[in-house]
Amino acid sequence: MTLLDPVWTALLYLVAAVCFILALRGLSSPRTARRGNLIGALGALIAVVTVFLSARLENIPWILGAIALGSAVAAPVARRVKMTQMPQLVALFNGVGGGAAALVALLELSHADNPWVRLAIVFTLLVGAVSFAGSGVTFAKLQELMTTRPVVFPGLPVVMAAVLLAAVAAAAVVIASGYLPLAAVLLLLGLAAGILLVLPVGGADVPIVISLLNAFTGLAVAASGVVLGNVLLVVAGTLVGASGTILTRAMAAAMGRSVTGILFGAFRGGSTAGSTAVSERPVRSSSAEDVAVLLGYAQRVIIVPGYGLAVAQGQHTAAELAQALESRGIEVDFAIHPVAGRMPGHMNVLLAEANVPYESLKEMGEINPEFKTADVALVVGANDVVNPAAKTSSGSPIYGMPILEVAEARQVVFLKRSMRPGFAGIENDLLYEPQTSLLFGDAKDSLAQVLGAVKSL
Amino acid sequence: MDGMSLLTITVLAVFVGFEVVSKVSSTLHTPLMSGANAIHGIILVGAIIVAGQAGDPWVLAVALLAVVLATANLVGGFVVTDRMLHMFHARKEVGRNPSAGEVEGK
Repeated sequence: MTLLDPVWTALLYLVAAVCFILALRGLSSPRTARRGNLIGALGALIAVVTVFLSARLENIPWILGAIALGSAVAAPVARRVKMTQMPQLVALFNGVGGGAAALVALLELSHADNPWVRLAIVFTLLVGAVSFAGSGVTFAKLQELMTTRPVVFPGLPVVMAAVLLAAVAAAAVVIASGYLPLAAVLLLLGLAAGILLVLPVGGADVPIVISLLNAFTGLAVAASGVVLGNVLLVVAGTLVGASGTILTRAMAAAMGRSVTGILFGAFRGGSTAGSTAVSERPVRSSSAEDVAVLLGYAQRVIIVPGYGLAVAQGQHTAAELAQALESRGIEVDFAIHPVAGRMPGHMNVLLAEANVPYESLKEMGEINPEFKTADVALVVGANDVVNPAAKTSSGSPIYGMPILEVAEARQVVFLKRSMRPGFAGIENDLLYEPQTSLLFGDAKDSLAQVLGAVKSL
Repeated sequence: MDGMSLLTITVLAVFVGFEVVSKVSSTLHTPLMSGANAIHGIILVGAIIVAGQAGDPWVLAVALLAVVLATANLVGGFVVTDRMLHMFHARKEVGRNPSAGEVEGK
């Protein structure tokens, strides 16, 4: 009952692979990104239709039912999710992909007739399971089902080493003998390793870990392609593995972090653990009315939105405030740090959703020289990305991270929840400068109060 | 397919993967990650093959679970990426026609 001969099958898989390459290239430029994504979806559709027409398949009604179920669950969630919660959804989708690859590998073990294939199976099992469990933990952290701070316990490195050693030993036996129950144990060890890998990662670094696990899933899919002798899986998985690795490094570079530092920093009791110490130095705290006067009689205001704004879901209120100020003839720009929000580029998405015009969103390189001309820099829920310590104190964990130079503005207003330091756990000296005033409270509430006060000026 | 051809294809795919995303602005990091995430949902093809060859009910059950998970990855991944990118698109339209943004308000 196969309708396609092997040559046509191979050709159609090649078309799908080319679609995926074009998709990734399209996604690298704003003009072509959406089309790129659609080309990727087209490639996936071609591939799925091809497998139905070319492979000798039983159980087709069951398979179609499972596809319908998967689509029925995922599509509405993907369509309805709030854009602030999108990072954890991406983590979740990544995890289930890794899980699927691990299950495929597990089931193929009984067909594997030589050690090389079993090596690929073992690799898929382990990496897929790490990706599944690790993504589960990142989901829990981002959804705030668990603490976003790094979770470390004294024996962690020892436990991790023991799990890895056990996994290597089990893997060796499975490769040599193909013993199925031990492969299931390997799956469990992979899950444990995934959890242990992500637990010590701090909330701000989680996006980089998602990207890394994304690359992992890609590699697991490529290895499963080797197992099944399917070239498309090999090509698609490798593409994602390679581009995901580059992307992970680019993200880490934008945050001034190293990938190994993020993953193993906490194992060494490193910098991400941070402190919650509160300094005793005096700060100038201010009222919503004061801030409104400051903003309302300025000529140029630059708003710096950060993680806190995303968490408080205050982007719509921020957009309204910008409009209210603009209607008073004030020039308003948004300064977007590359890692503002919960993921690189996330803030652009959030503000775009809130109808902030494209021209008002300025990238760091573009806006930094302009802070000098600004009367007020309004920092909403951001801390580390405006911390001058990144430039001045070489011992600081964020030293070297590019920052937004809000200190250059004539007045700086911070909307902050508390005096607690940001994710990196470092004090921000800017808070104590004479030109700085602070308005404490939830970012959205504070913005709403300031907005009300501006309107009644 | 023999091992050597697979290895050749893999190595070439690594270089293509490095090349296509080497110069991407940080604005697009999130959609690009999400799009790449959708692409590895193509493991669905593998899950379908395994489910289609399953004889034993337990094997079929596990394989169908893999099909469900892979479909969620594939379909959900492309849909959420498209939504993200739709906003970039909408943003440009608002930019070209500034009055639209003001009228909409909240």
